[in-house]
Amino acid sequence: MSLLFKERSQGAEKISVSMLQKVIMFFVDHVRQALGSLGELWRTPAASIMTIGVLGLSITLPTTLYVLVKNTEQVSSGWEQAAEISLFLRKDVASADVQQLVKRVGLWPEVESLVHIPADKALDEFKQLSGFGDALQYLDRNPLPDVVLVIPTPKHAGPTAAEKLLTKLRKEREVETGKLDIEWLSRLHGLLNLARELVLLIALLLFLAVVLIIGNTIRLNILNKRSEILVMKLVGATDAFIQRPFLYTGFWYGLLGGIIAWFAVMILLWWMEGSIAALTALYQKEFVLSGLGMEELMTMLGLSVVLGLAGSMISVHRHVKEIEPS
Amino acid sequence: MIKFEQVSKTYPGGQQALRQVNFHIPPGEMAFLTGHSGAGKSTLLKLISIMERPTVGRVMINGHDLMQIKSRQIPYIRRDIGMIFQSHQLLMDKSVFDNVALPLIIEGYSRREITRRVHAALDMVGLLDKVKNFPPTLSGGEQQRVGIARAVVNKPPLLLADEPTGNLDPKLSMEIIQLFENFNQAGVSVLIATHDLGLIARMRYRTLTLKNGQMITDGLVEDWHEEDHELTV
Repeated sequence: MSLLFKERSQGAEKISVSMLQKVIMFFVDHVRQALGSLGELWRTPAASIMTIGVLGLSITLPTTLYVLVKNTEQVSSGWEQAAEISLFLRKDVASADVQQLVKRVGLWPEVESLVHIPADKALDEFKQLSGFGDALQYLDRNPLPDVVLVIPTPKHAGPTAAEKLLTKLRKEREVETGKLDIEWLSRLHGLLNLARELVLLIALLLFLAVVLIIGNTIRLNILNKRSEILVMKLVGATDAFIQRPFLYTGFWYGLLGGIIAWFAVMILLWWMEGSIAALTALYQKEFVLSGLGMEELMTMLGLSVVLGLAGSMISVHRHVKEIEPS
Repeated sequence: MIKFEQVSKTYPGGQQALRQVNFHIPPGEMAFLTGHSGAGKSTLLKLISIMERPTVGRVMINGHDLMQIKSRQIPYIRRDIGMIFQSHQLLMDKSVFDNVALPLIIEGYSRREITRRVHAALDMVGLLDKVKNFPPTLSGGEQQRVGIARAVVNKPPLLLADEPTGNLDPKLSMEIIQLFENFNQAGVSVLIATHDLGLIARMRYRTLTLKNGQMITDGLVEDWHEEDHELTV
């Protein structure tokens, strides 16, 4: 393309560089520049490893926290399913009506199963467990009501759904009152929400730091190549052509940093697995720490590449323009 | 080919580098631009390659007003102008081949075409045997010829040279000028800025003389022999 000499542009494009060839050369150029940038990183290993390391570790921290929060959520979702509702029945309800209630409620789609604890049995249990055994002998009638334990289906075991079910159950004629022991679950949910938000905030701050670090590294690269950029501008290189190798450098920083983060997360999780196993053993629970899934790994690598590219883009746009032959 | 119409250039700070310069170099002409250092030679060349913009007046290449060229089009203008510098402006960590190939790589030529053209350009300047060398291993004259090969490798219709013989002895200088003559005979317009009056005196080419930013003579060497004395005083 020649702006000043019409005949020349036609001549050059017709004879030497056909359109198809230009398209092919465009991709060949890209591959060449991408490999060139990778080679450049290889030639300065110390500086490259430091930058890649900073990037990798900055991504490792939020990723590890994310994995921990994810696992906690998985465990606590197991606890949620154990949520049960205790219904205390009115004292004046006949035992036939109680059987009716158990049958009726047992058919509700929200209910997984029911356990009926008659008042006498409850008193016996209380006698055994409370240690008031003898004192209770002096009561002239059983003060305890019949109790029905309702275990909701997993779908209705969450705090809000269970709350709804409780309100519905309270409306039953035979039910005096009901209790959902779910406050601690709401608290746990609150804490988990907080943790998730913290992970997000830490991630955002670290990502910003990564963008700045890469931006600065690329800026130094550009300044180091000042004379080369000047010569390229003198012989007619466009800004886009000059910027491309630096953008590829940012891309490689991102990709390699992401791979480092991946390894670091694996090592950290392997390291923590022992202490987590010891902790869960105390609760007599089988627990397997789940690491990064394929999708999450790809997201992490993609994010890392985007951060590397973003950092270099910011830097390149500012600094390549600044270098002008004079 | 190159036309200046009432061109003045004032740098920020008030230094006036060019005052109302007018001249026209027709296509296929070879001309010298001379004057003391600081007379405005470099500024004039920079206005042609759009490293600077004129404060007043119009600079035209091939009938196109350079004022109309946007900054993002400048790279394409520079591909039409072969530029040669006193300081060579070579990349010292790249081989002679890579240095000369640079303009072709930028324009997206195929590898085969690049090799063919680089070898042709290096053959023209007589450095085909140094294709794999690195610039620091070459002499000053050889480095300058690498610079010339790079300037002509994509066959621009216009060559600008800023003190191309600056650091060379008279014999080498003559060889460089003869290279320019060869390109000129092939139809390329050539403008050479130099303060080497001895060199100009031996050639019979149009010579533009600048003094304090003004064009004081414009013509063949014989026409201004008296001014020559005035200049060297």
